[in-house]
Amino acid sequence: MTVALLIILLVVLGSGILGVVAAGRGEMNLERWSVGGRRFGVILVWLLMAGEFYTTFTFLGASGWAYSRGAPAFYILAYGAIGYIVSFFILPPAWRMAKQHGLHTQPDFFLARYGSPMLAGLVAVVGVISIVPYLQLQLTGLGLIVEIASAGAVTSTVAITVAFGLTTAFVYTSGLKGIAWVAIVKDLMMIVAVVVIGIGLPAMYFGGIGGMLAELLRQHPSHLTFPGGTRTMGTGWVMSTIVLTGCGYYCWPHAFASAFSAKDERTIRRNAVIMPLYQLPVLLVFFVGFTALLVLPGLKNPDTALLALVTRSYPAWFSGFVGAAGAVTAMVPASVLLLSSATLIAKNVYRPLRRDPVDDAHLMRASRVVVMAVALIAFVLTLWAPRELVNLLIFGYDGISQFFPGIVLGLFVRRATALPVALGLVTGEAVVISLIWTSRDPFMGMNAGFVGLAANVTVAALAMALGKRIEN
Amino acid sequence: MRPAYALIPAAVPVVALVAGLPFANRLEPMVLGMPFLLAWILGWVAATPAFLAVAYTIHRKASAGPGAGGGR
Repeated sequence: MTVALLIILLVVLGSGILGVVAAGRGEMNLERWSVGGRRFGVILVWLLMAGEFYTTFTFLGASGWAYSRGAPAFYILAYGAIGYIVSFFILPPAWRMAKQHGLHTQPDFFLARYGSPMLAGLVAVVGVISIVPYLQLQLTGLGLIVEIASAGAVTSTVAITVAFGLTTAFVYTSGLKGIAWVAIVKDLMMIVAVVVIGIGLPAMYFGGIGGMLAELLRQHPSHLTFPGGTRTMGTGWVMSTIVLTGCGYYCWPHAFASAFSAKDERTIRRNAVIMPLYQLPVLLVFFVGFTALLVLPGLKNPDTALLALVTRSYPAWFSGFVGAAGAVTAMVPASVLLLSSATLIAKNVYRPLRRDPVDDAHLMRASRVVVMAVALIAFVLTLWAPRELVNLLIFGYDGISQFFPGIVLGLFVRRATALPVALGLVTGEAVVISLIWTSRDPFMGMNAGFVGLAANVTVAALAMALGKRIEN
Repeated sequence: MRPAYALIPAAVPVVALVAGLPFANRLEPMVLGMPFLLAWILGWVAATPAFLAVAYTIHRKASAGPGAGGGR
């Protein structure tokens, strides 16, 4: 066993124990497990939200795209800012409604607002389907970390299996509160790792960030403007992707529901104001990707660029630290995703489908079964259908961003009803799936998810206008 | 002032980060050693909290009064 691998395993086990301890004793019910009892203050909510968005995607995916794509990766820096601006306006009224009706999940919101269990069920199913690639992303990243840290001694299959086991065990025992506390450890490690390598690596090889960028522009003059190292990701693709992912940022079921755990509206607005700053370290991650392109050109899998360069440049203990930061950065979001999808299926699909009443203890057991099932699906896909990290996330966004019209109409347009929203949602998903299926993403230079979103909005608006005419 | 006026400052970074991109897609002039495109995106993301702070103030002033806010 290598030193790096040992450090990673110790940190992962330590986080697991911290999660269990932080969850505390006392009876676990669905309210406590899924929204932490709705008592989190500004700091814990901030950490939890950051914990959800700072994932393996940021760490390995962003550096991988900076390495292979160049400028199109810049969308990753921009979309969070747009997402927080959107959240400033949509989360406080959503929180108010959640508090008023005692909501736990995103489909609960659709049910309370539109009164249609069918629409709520549809939202739950689409949400879970979109979560699967996001979960797959975390498992893939975790697998890469363990594989590289062990210098090939542990195969990726074994690494992913271990990752899967640890994550499910963690969710089973601790729930949301445990995850929030581990998120603190994760964020600290992540920030330290990113700052040290983001500044250190360009300095080590090129005397500094300026020197590295100058060398990059000399060797690859078109890498830092759109479409960078790609043919299809021009300015139109980046613009449409920023709009899509910015609108979708808080459409993730777990992100939308995480706002419910806040103590008050002001906590949420203040969060939105400061959160864009949290996005800035992504710049340093890009610098690592650029340095790797110059020092280690021709890597077979760009997602390994950061880890490969770190392993080559630093002593084993530090590589272990970076690997451990990456591992926890995969585990925390994976747990949040699992917890969220389990609650969705148990509460918004399973319970309405059963004729007999289902009590909370029963629902809790059902949630735990779903955790296992969803984790297994992601696990199988990770092993048999591997994909690039950023593409996995964009697939997820293609799906969940289609909730955006329903959320905005639900909050701000009183006469919006279930049918137009459902028609728009189904149209949007159908457009996205058919474009991706026929390999037409990007479509006319735009992100397929954005095309779906445009179709979604158009259909919902037309249906609303028609409904009004029929009424009159 | 109405709470909806908070949308105005909040819209500025959105316009810059989306509609501004076709104009910002260039290397020159370099800013702090960074190509213009990267500096443009970075600058607007860094400035977003300032615009949202203005939106926050507008919103708070506009919705101040009995029963508003729901804070402590």
